[in-house]
Amino acid sequence: MKNEKCLCEADEVLIFPCSGGSNVGQIANDAAKKLTTQGVGKMYCLAGLGGHVSGLIESTKAAKRIIAIDGCPVHCAKKTVEHAGFKPDVHVVVTDLGIQKRLDFMIENDEIKKVTDDVSKKLRK
Amino acid sequence: MGTKTDEEVGEMRMKIEILGTGCPKCKATEKNVRKAVDELGIQAEIVKIDDLQEIVNRGVMMTPAVFIDGEAKIVGHVPSPEEIKKLLKK
Repeated sequence: MKNEKCLCEADEVLIFPCSGGSNVGQIANDAAKKLTTQGVGKMYCLAGLGGHVSGLIESTKAAKRIIAIDGCPVHCAKKTVEHAGFKPDVHVVVTDLGIQKRLDFMIENDEIKKVTDDVSKKLRK
Repeated sequence: MGTKTDEEVGEMRMKIEILGTGCPKCKATEKNVRKAVDELGIQAEIVKIDDLQEIVNRGVMMTPAVFIDGEAKIVGHVPSPEEIKKLLKK
């Protein structure tokens, strides 16, 4: 992979989904992946922030905007981002969009779209 | 007694790693790191890491990056010699 790609352009927008163990946690995760493929931002590793991995912490410092996507009102993603010393510029909670939390992983595409649309709308503000 | 082996000296020496795939910003970072080390007159092992997989494995998503003794200190911008000197003095 040597010299295949340069990473020297700082990502403007970093996305931290909670990726929790429920339908809404995984909707948050899938929404972050979708937003990355759409070029809205780049999904990062919330666990790396929580673990205070220096490479991830320093990478996050270089970001222009930070998005936290939580599945439910426990707000694990937002709290983890804050614990690492950052403040999310955009915070989206999947259950706030009318999607009920369940302990299964049955996810519909329109649920993911609701989240990506909400993130995009809040980013434009 | 009192004389350190090359191995012991190597263990004491600071290790500075410059992560980047070889673009001008990465080269500028290396130049500034070397300048800072020279001006401080310290012993340091300077290593260039240009393997993208190795860079990503360390959690670095933006380059250039500078690691000092295994810890990320700078990511995503070219540090000035003065900025590097401050880090090396800590």
